[in-house]
Amino acid sequence: MTTSQLSAQAEPATQSARGANYIVNDFSIQIATVNGSGSQSANSVLLRSIFRMGIPVSGKNLFPSNIAGLPTWYTIRVSKDGWVARKAHIDVLIAMNAETAREDVLSLSAGGAVIYDESLKLNELRSDLAYYAVPFDQLATTTGADAKIRKLVKNMVYVGVAAKLLSIDMEAVEQTVRKQFAKKVKAAELNLNAVRVGYDYVASTLTKHDPYVVERMNATAGKIIIDGNSAAALGAMFAGVTVVPWYPITPSSSVVENLIDLMKKHRVDANGKASFAIVQAEDELAAIGMVLGAGWAGARSMTASSGPGISLMAEFAGLGYYAEIPGVIFDVQRTGPSTGLPTRTSQADLTFVAGISHGDTKHVILLPGTVRECYEFGLEAFDLAEQLQTPIFVLSDLDLGMNNWMSEPFEYPEKPMNRGKVLNAEQLEKLGGFARYKDVDGDGIPYRTLPGTDHPLAAYFTRGSGHNEKALYTERPEDYENNMLRLARKFDTAKKLVPKPILQGTGKEKVGIIAFGTTHWAVIESRMQLERENQLATDYLRIRAFPFTQEIHDFVAKHDRVYVVEQNRDAQMLSLLKIDLDPVQLVKLHSILHFNGLPIDARFVTAAIATHQGAGK
Amino acid sequence: MSTTPVTPKAIKTNRIGLQILDYRGGKTTLCAGCGHNSISERITEAFYEMGIQPERVMKMSGIGCSSKSPAYFMSRSFSFNSVHGRMPSVATGALLANKTMRSIGVSGDGDTASIGMGQFVHLMRRNVPMIYIIEDNGVYGLTKGQFSATADMGSKLKTGVVNDLPAIDICALAIQMGATFVGRSFSGDKKQLSTMLKAALSHQGTVLLDVISPCVTFNDHEGSTKSYKYMQEHEEAVSEVGFVPYFDDIAVEYDASTTVDVQLHDGSHMRLRKIHDDYNPTDRANAVKMLMDVHEKGEVLTGVFYVDTQKPDFTTLLNMVDEPLATLPQERTRPGREVLTAIMEAHL
Repeated sequence: MTTSQLSAQAEPATQSARGANYIVNDFSIQIATVNGSGSQSANSVLLRSIFRMGIPVSGKNLFPSNIAGLPTWYTIRVSKDGWVARKAHIDVLIAMNAETAREDVLSLSAGGAVIYDESLKLNELRSDLAYYAVPFDQLATTTGADAKIRKLVKNMVYVGVAAKLLSIDMEAVEQTVRKQFAKKVKAAELNLNAVRVGYDYVASTLTKHDPYVVERMNATAGKIIIDGNSAAALGAMFAGVTVVPWYPITPSSSVVENLIDLMKKHRVDANGKASFAIVQAEDELAAIGMVLGAGWAGARSMTASSGPGISLMAEFAGLGYYAEIPGVIFDVQRTGPSTGLPTRTSQADLTFVAGISHGDTKHVILLPGTVRECYEFGLEAFDLAEQLQTPIFVLSDLDLGMNNWMSEPFEYPEKPMNRGKVLNAEQLEKLGGFARYKDVDGDGIPYRTLPGTDHPLAAYFTRGSGHNEKALYTERPEDYENNMLRLARKFDTAKKLVPKPILQGTGKEKVGIIAFGTTHWAVIESRMQLERENQLATDYLRIRAFPFTQEIHDFVAKHDRVYVVEQNRDAQMLSLLKIDLDPVQLVKLHSILHFNGLPIDARFVTAAIATHQGAGK
Repeated sequence: MSTTPVTPKAIKTNRIGLQILDYRGGKTTLCAGCGHNSISERITEAFYEMGIQPERVMKMSGIGCSSKSPAYFMSRSFSFNSVHGRMPSVATGALLANKTMRSIGVSGDGDTASIGMGQFVHLMRRNVPMIYIIEDNGVYGLTKGQFSATADMGSKLKTGVVNDLPAIDICALAIQMGATFVGRSFSGDKKQLSTMLKAALSHQGTVLLDVISPCVTFNDHEGSTKSYKYMQEHEEAVSEVGFVPYFDDIAVEYDASTTVDVQLHDGSHMRLRKIHDDYNPTDRANAVKMLMDVHEKGEVLTGVFYVDTQKPDFTTLLNMVDEPLATLPQERTRPGREVLTAIMEAHL
């Protein structure tokens, strides 16, 4: 399996035609609005227009757990070098929310630019910023739009203002708007008109006095922009998923919502009949119960949830492990329980999911770090589930799942589906029956039959752990022990099948970094910073699955110091490594932890590693 | 040596040539005299008599004494003993994967009316096509005799503890929630239970049968309202249930003024001879009222309370292809290369 990393070094820094006073293609924009104001499509136009100019971008939405009226921030990072992790410092602010405007302005980097509604009078707050006062309400009125939609139109006005101030091509904006409103020509014209009103206002009234501009590049040709949840849904559809019970929870809902749209388009036959069943369950317990029922009966089944929902699935997850039933569970991780910070990102379900349920359960986990891996692991998870006859967890997170990322386009699956060890009636006749939990092949994976298999010896009785090889009820100690040992062998087999970690660097450095998931993007940028600013060369291993493969043991063994960077408080990846690694290696491991709900950024990693290194000298 | 010619005894078989032995299960480990064993026997007979291929049946259960019982009938059927109170979701998932299978779920009053209440009502609401049997004894047997939520107010445990909370009437609830075939029987009423089971096998939709099944160990004493004795004294049938399977001659006459004839999905007929004057098995509100009125008097109403043969079942509502989703070939579940190409272009 290949990964698509937008190589940071691939694009040479563009030489600006504007001279030294400008900062070209290397800054961040923050749009501060109120949620429910319809700013999402305006922000998307801004992001995609810059992308269309060939400049690498990433977009992150920081939103509240609320429908309308609370502050929302959307951040666009423009990076000629292709860095797409969050950038902690903001350079250009579009202040549309009176409530947060003061704080937003105070948090800007010196020399930053502020586009604001003139009524907010922000220009007196600091003297080291460039201010652009815009009469947004008045401009929205001049667009001629109905009062009802003026609020939305106002958002497009700021797109026009930003476009002019930052030198975004109007041609790119026009193409983007027309694509975004492809089916609504009238809406496209209305929005474009609003963009022009903003653009013209700047042209006729304001003078640029900040350094931030964009210039055309050729670094995004052929690339797509997509969020991880859409990518996961695509993977599931091409994996041939058929049964999808789910229960809505942020930030995972859009996995299934996207899947519903896709399946309606591509998985309904000429007679209008569906090759799938998507069911909104009454809760997550029912969702996972249906997954197991469907998996037992032979379907490719999945659900998607997040921490609190995954918690509810614990008992069934254990049953799935012991009864050996395939199923795929996407966990789009967020912070905390119930009314914690449900709309913020984290990587804090790792240890919980690794052993989720009652005693002695271990689960196979896939850890996508890119949107392309959300797609690829989305496909792969279904093969693994049926090959290994066990629930497979795919741990994404809010940052990956709900934000927009650039990627190479996804590739069509060339391998046929692997449906695992399933015996049909003819095979049963030849074999003279079968033993459901017997390790025939020495890999710990037994053979199964599906309900409905037309043979008198096909049926077996499915229950929890109290069964012998023939699936008969037993409480004999040796039967239980044998079954447990076989399950452990099966977990060893999983090591051969899961995606291997990816090494970056020479492999010969003294210092190593281990990370997984979205932490990847901060780590690759940090490695460049460490090398440039601290003369510290590092090797980097990105873990992509649990159980851990030999490469991970080797990586730790080869390095003097290994920083394990992750987005949780309790060093969860490091804790899992501690269980697996040779005890003499453990002293090498050091934790770098980021857990405030915002995506981790490179500066944080660099500072932490530099401090550790200094202390270690 | 005898000179009398020995004619081999003809082996009795059903419509599809199977013997009753082909429908037997493992040896029961429940208590001698447990009502659940009688129910297992009735289930065995019903499937045998209706000539249903055992390999086409999924037996589903949760946790408890009742949930163990699928091991004691029809070993040639596929069985899933799931987790406590969650059989409905597992059964639903299995039917989504393969809607061509028949499904019978066996649960208990604890497994359904307490821990499993959430999933139970949603199964009814969806009208998932399966038979859901509650082996109802008013107590938790496997954990040694605690009250369940179907225990009647005032009912007494062996230890003298009196239940002071109202009983949940599972049948009234099922009718309200959307089940399309709802009845109650008694494990000791061989004829009624047998007939109701056969009719249930002819129905396409959720069949809820609440079967009072006394627990001989923990709830069969004086003061219990779920004992054999109490049932013998207080059972009150709402109707006499008759059944004419689709493969039998329907010519038997009936009196339309006293009997309701219901044609079921497979062409069989259920004939309900009224015992109660205002009995009307197609009137939901009336059915619920009757259940409440009779319970008020301390009697236990049995029979088929409600039947609706028009409401589509859940798998029909989902408009799935005719074949089981589980075994659709890759060509039908993986869209073509051009689909991905077009989607990628849309994201450029």
